[in-house]
Amino acid sequence: MVLVYSDDKKLTLELLNKGKELAKELHKKVIAVCIGHDSFAKDYLEHGADSVIAAEADLHTFKAEEYASILEKIVKENNVEVVLIGSNKNGKELAARLSAKLDTGCVTDCTNVYVKDKKIVTERMVYSGNAIAVEQFLSHPQIVTIPPKAFNPLPKTEGHKGEVIKKKYDFERSPSKITKVQEMKTEGVNVEDAEIIVSCGRGFKNKDDIRLVRELADALKGRTIGCSRPIAADLKWLSEDHWIGLSGHKVKPKLYIACGISGQIQHIAGMRDSGVVVAINKDPEALIFKSADYGIVGDLYQVLPKLTNAIREKMG
Amino acid sequence: MNIVVCAKQVVDVSEIKVDSSTKKPILSGVPQKISDIDKNALEEAIRIKEKHGGKITVVTVGPSDAKERIKELLAMGADEGVLVVPPQNADYSVVSHILAGAIKKIGGYDIVLCGEASIDMFSGQMGPRVAGLLNIPQITYAQNVVVEKDKVVSERNLGDKAVTIESPYPVLITVTKEINQPRLPSLMQILASSSKPIHKWSASDVASGKLEPKIKTVDIKGVPMVRKNVIFHDDLDQCVNKLVDELAKVGVLR
Ligand SMILES: Cc1cc2nc3c(=O)[nH]c(=O)nc-3n(C[C@H](O)[C@H](O)[C@H](O)COP(=O)(O)OP(=O)(O)OC[C@H]3O[C@@H](n4cnc5c(N)ncnc54)[C@H](O)[C@@H]3O)c2cc1C
Repeated sequence: MVLVYSDDKKLTLELLNKGKELAKELHKKVIAVCIGHDSFAKDYLEHGADSVIAAEADLHTFKAEEYASILEKIVKENNVEVVLIGSNKNGKELAARLSAKLDTGCVTDCTNVYVKDKKIVTERMVYSGNAIAVEQFLSHPQIVTIPPKAFNPLPKTEGHKGEVIKKKYDFERSPSKITKVQEMKTEGVNVEDAEIIVSCGRGFKNKDDIRLVRELADALKGRTIGCSRPIAADLKWLSEDHWIGLSGHKVKPKLYIACGISGQIQHIAGMRDSGVVVAINKDPEALIFKSADYGIVGDLYQVLPKLTNAIREKMG
Repeated sequence: MNIVVCAKQVVDVSEIKVDSSTKKPILSGVPQKISDIDKNALEEAIRIKEKHGGKITVVTVGPSDAKERIKELLAMGADEGVLVVPPQNADYSVVSHILAGAIKKIGGYDIVLCGEASIDMFSGQMGPRVAGLLNIPQITYAQNVVVEKDKVVSERNLGDKAVTIESPYPVLITVTKEINQPRLPSLMQILASSSKPIHKWSASDVASGKLEPKIKTVDIKGVPMVRKNVIFHDDLDQCVNKLVDELAKVGVLR
């Protein structure tokens, strides 16, 4: 069996596509799992699952310890050989905890997964984007986490039939307690989907100056702005949904404009798959120019207004 | 509070060069350091100790020369160090068994602190794996930690939401890079740290049974990034016009 799980429905549909492909090659079936509800069971069947296990359990909040305990049971009962888990923060800690319980291997954030000699081979970015590690499992079950957008979902097959198995699961309870869930301030930007991103870094002196980036983004009809880590994490001039890099979002727009960003490797890790990269920096030695197709060496306070005007004129 | 901090020695990723013919990263000879976020974990441990007293032990699974790095952690404020040299081809599973074994051998711990991920591999697996082996609660991506008498309260940063969670002891917590600013030791602290013990344990001292890797690295491939590197300087108006023309030509202005 190939098992697919994420608490994010969209991501589960993407995993199902990959799960289906791996299952076919291994002559297995693919099961999707819902924990604590069965609301998406029909969607999962229509997007490729052979069956859905809806685990009924007396829990209301996510705790990796408890979810791992439930998945451990499902894996053992169903002779699962491959587990695909959605690589968001909850998914990653769940996968790792589950691997410890099952004393097996786990590879996180895989952007490619395939079968070789009946074993799963994975590829993932390491050394902050300097390399890709190709790894192969020596143990069972093989646990892999997959980030959003690595694979497309399968098209929907209306009325696709399959079994929905509702079953009650006991689990090991964690003594920890969730006391508060607070929505964080976000501006609802989705840099991952953006086609054009204008991004700002420490080269900006004041929060208000970010207006220069916004104006350029507007002129480009891209409207999406991004930033380096210090702008979101330390200065908090922009919310974390703008943050691009190793510990932020990974983006691949067709045009990425980096303004006042030095181009440290952890930033590059988040935007290296962009189409055309433009850099504006006053330091001719700035690393960002090495990762750029086009660059202007100059003060962003002079360059940006001129560039915005020139683009407005060009685009009419 | 007795605290164990797991700290990994890693290559300094910003110093990695790429071999121009094979396009693979050159990993030998790259300077080594303690993974940044593990220093945040130690800093948090020191702040807890300053308030509540106790003892901090740092554990590193790594090569013999990691001893030099452990000295830096002792200078920052850890009380004792433990170094365990792993067998060859150690993967996450092997290292987590060694760490969990070492933590059990240290014993009497209330909190285990780790970085959310190491900056070389960035998998985020080690904390949850060790917590799983120790069978204790885990709190990952903590952006703050408040220690109380019989519980710890911490806020997890999930990007779109913050989840406050409280746990009794013992507990394993992985911290984010944003949680604090690690201190730089003073010269006095550096000198004083030379009298602090660093224990060298062998893998078989701490982990029973066979330590077999579950994952094999088949290849480390290069990721060539081909960029045009056309850089305009001098007259600003000309630069801007040339750039806009180029962008129009390659079809991104639509
Ligand atoms: C574990 C870890 C994870 C990390 N994750 C991320 C991540 O996800 N994303 C990220 O971005 N970083 C990340 N970082 C941080 C990263 O290493 C850099 O510190 C950060 O990217 C630097 O941001 P910056 O380029 O905005 O600032 P700086 O490095 O300070 O660069 C500012 C640049 O602006 C230029 N400048 C200044 N004034 C002007 C002006 N008037 N006009 C034009 N140019 C000007 C300067 O020449 C300089 O190049 C991480 C670091 C670690 C250790």
